[in-house]
Amino acid sequence: MSKDLIKPYGDTLDDGIVQLSFTLPVENGPKAKKAAEIYVGKLNFEDIHVVHAQKIADNFTCFIVYARAVPTIDYSAVKVKVAKFEHIDFYQINDLIKKKIGRPISLVGATIGSDAHTVGIDAIMNMKGFKQDYGLERYPQIKAYNLGAQVSCETLIKKALEVKADAILVSQTVTQKESHINNFTELIERLAADDLKEKFVLLAGGHKINNELAVKLGYDAGFGPGTVPSQVASFLITSILQKKGK
Amino acid sequence: MPHILLKSAQVNTVKKLASSIADEVQQFVSRHSSVSVERTVLRLYGVDGVDSSGTPLPNAIVDRWCANGEMGGGISRPFIKAMLKSGKDAQQTARLIEEGKIGFDKLGDLSQETVRKKEKSRARQAIARLDSSRKRKAEKIRKIPLPVQPWRYLIVATGNIHEDVIQARSAVYAGSDIIAVIRSTAQSLLDYVPYGFTTEGVGGTYATQANFKIMREALDEASKEHGRYIRQVNYASGLCMAEIAACAAFEDLDILLNDSMYGILFRDINMKRTFIDQYFSRLICARAKILINTGEDNYLTTSDAIEDAHTVTASQLINEAMAKKAKLTDDLLGLGHAFEINPAIENAFLYELAHAQLARELFPKAPLKYMPPTKYKSTDIFFSHCMDTMFNLSSVTTGQGIHLAGILTEALHTPLMQDRFKSLSSINYIFNIARSLGDEIEFKKDGFITKRARQVLDETEKSLEEINDIGLMEAISQGRFANIQRPLDGGRGLDGVFEKGADYSNPVMDLLEKD
Ligand code: B12
Repeated sequence: MSKDLIKPYGDTLDDGIVQLSFTLPVENGPKAKKAAEIYVGKLNFEDIHVVHAQKIADNFTCFIVYARAVPTIDYSAVKVKVAKFEHIDFYQINDLIKKKIGRPISLVGATIGSDAHTVGIDAIMNMKGFKQDYGLERYPQIKAYNLGAQVSCETLIKKALEVKADAILVSQTVTQKESHINNFTELIERLAADDLKEKFVLLAGGHKINNELAVKLGYDAGFGPGTVPSQVASFLITSILQKKGK
Repeated sequence: MPHILLKSAQVNTVKKLASSIADEVQQFVSRHSSVSVERTVLRLYGVDGVDSSGTPLPNAIVDRWCANGEMGGGISRPFIKAMLKSGKDAQQTARLIEEGKIGFDKLGDLSQETVRKKEKSRARQAIARLDSSRKRKAEKIRKIPLPVQPWRYLIVATGNIHEDVIQARSAVYAGSDIIAVIRSTAQSLLDYVPYGFTTEGVGGTYATQANFKIMREALDEASKEHGRYIRQVNYASGLCMAEIAACAAFEDLDILLNDSMYGILFRDINMKRTFIDQYFSRLICARAKILINTGEDNYLTTSDAIEDAHTVTASQLINEAMAKKAKLTDDLLGLGHAFEINPAIENAFLYELAHAQLARELFPKAPLKYMPPTKYKSTDIFFSHCMDTMFNLSSVTTGQGIHLAGILTEALHTPLMQDRFKSLSSINYIFNIARSLGDEIEFKKDGFITKRARQVLDETEKSLEEINDIGLMEAISQGRFANIQRPLDGGRGLDGVFEKGADYSNPVMDLLEKD
């Protein structure tokens, strides 16, 4: 396979132009600017221009720098794991559920832990939906139970069993001190401990979530910003069918 | 300032409706108390610190008293009896109770007169403590003047109070007038106020009296250095509204987020509990001259900023009415609203001006709290910075009071030092170049902005009428605010509510209500 080498673009192919902005804990002055230049040099940039240096507090200076990046990468060798599914619409999804499963599918969703953000999970689940795309509650062939935020893993699992859910949808927005990782992991561990992990399709979502992270944590897929409900429903139906071997 | 001619009869009508809605809540509040109100009484009497297991003493004492059964009378009388018995001060008496050396069940017979006298004198000392905070602040502001409005409000949220101080100083250097220390995630659900200075919060730093003090000292220094009085903010909403107000007053804080509606809707705090707590909390704020901020701006993160604009206005009116019942004056009402319209909408800026101007004119003397765009903030930080610039223009033109700085990285993380600086450069730039724009412009009599403001007020009136018919608590249960439904007996903290007995005694509250 031929290589497809790329590097950043400013106004001429392969000029490598990159824009950087950062702060150093030093007082502004010629020495501070020089330090910024040397630092960016250590990052392996060339043709470094410290175009702006500004005192932002006693002993702190913020810089804007333009420089040329050296390395290239082979674009043809880049691999990314995206959730695999065919994006179909509201009507096709309902049809498919009716035909291939023969009963409405059931799902529970929540924001777990002490996280109080609901807008993300609501965008996917509530009737109204997101960006002119109906939410899962609106699908005649989906029974969606949205438990809201600040829900414990225990409550979520209990509800999933009670309504015989096919899938569990979990949202996390607060990511400081890895709290999202801890919460996502806690759910997986609890499910595994009760031998329930394979029983459900498990989806994770939130503004700093992507598919790779979710899969690494043991979920079937992960969805980040901009996701619309029909994408989630499309993925769900694909993987529920796969689980059932249909 | 530009004007939108509102019908004064309509303004009177909506204010009356709001007052009637607040009356009903107040009737409920007057008949009840809560464990956190009682803990506040202890704090005001001088109880502080923790027991051997780390439980705050006010909690330890109130828990013992609850276990004893008869709660309807309130903690004040039995605690004062214990003080009379021990002959010690409040703190030492609390220790003796905690150590089991004095029991609430064996306080013995003391004449009612003696107890009442002692309660009164303790309560007066508590009030004197609030008064002295108020006076200290007035004195500081006399020496170092307040800056002009809109006041530039910046948050710090490192989780470590000492790091917060560094961030706060840098924000003041860059032009901030108000520093808010965001609380650690979910502190609002704790049924106690943590003790001592802290260094390990998530998403913010714990609100503790010790942390308040550390920040106050740093801001006093910064005020001197920069020649303008820097106000300090923290957050009371949650399960400890009144206790946090007391701690904030002891340490001379200037502003508290103080809004039950926020707690109910966004943190699932039980409504009965938090309305009870809010009242006592606001009485304390009124006395210590702590400006309150309310959280209506948040409604627009879960409901639509155009469709549901009237819910913000209705809630501001209700909050104003509830605040007045707790003796807060106009100059202490930082009623919240926001610039949260979808930026893709044509003429979104005109809607924003209309909403901001409506709030300005409905509450002419209140230092309104104006929230920047958050929900539609993009991870494209450059575009987000443009949004904030338009927000800054709206704020200075319509003469807002407390200007929460929009941050270009809102959609990413709590602000870095450089983010705050960029934000303030835009604010300083816009406030300076457009300082008197508002004095120069008029809105067309039947133009878009005027019509829009009137429409929102009409919708507000209609919605207040409906709320007045069913009552505020029912309205909340129906999801009339923020599109979030909260049942009357749901949420956290209801188990801490109790009905006042005929013999209920809370002399601090009595004094606060009296003058
Ligand atoms: C609205 C909001 C709030 C509201 C929440 C109201 C509510 N009921 O949800 C309120 C005001 C209550 C709030 C509070 C707090 N917030 Co907040 N908030 C935001 C804000 C402005 C918007 C978030 C949002 O609604 N986005 C819109 C939705 C539609 O996007 P989304 O969540 O990414 O969802 C999409 C996808 O990710 C995906 N998705 C999401 N979940 C799921 C789940 C599944 C299963 C699937 C398939 C898909 C999916 O689909 C959605 C549609 O495309 C952001 C800033 C920003 N602009 O991002 C800060 C932000 C998220 N908040 C933040 C913080 C820190 C807090 C607090 C902790 C502050 C504090 N210390 O008190 C508190 C939370 C306290 C707590 N206990 O959690 C930080 C988080 C920082 C971090 N990375 O950890 C942010 C980034 C702000 C900041 N810059 O500091 N917040």
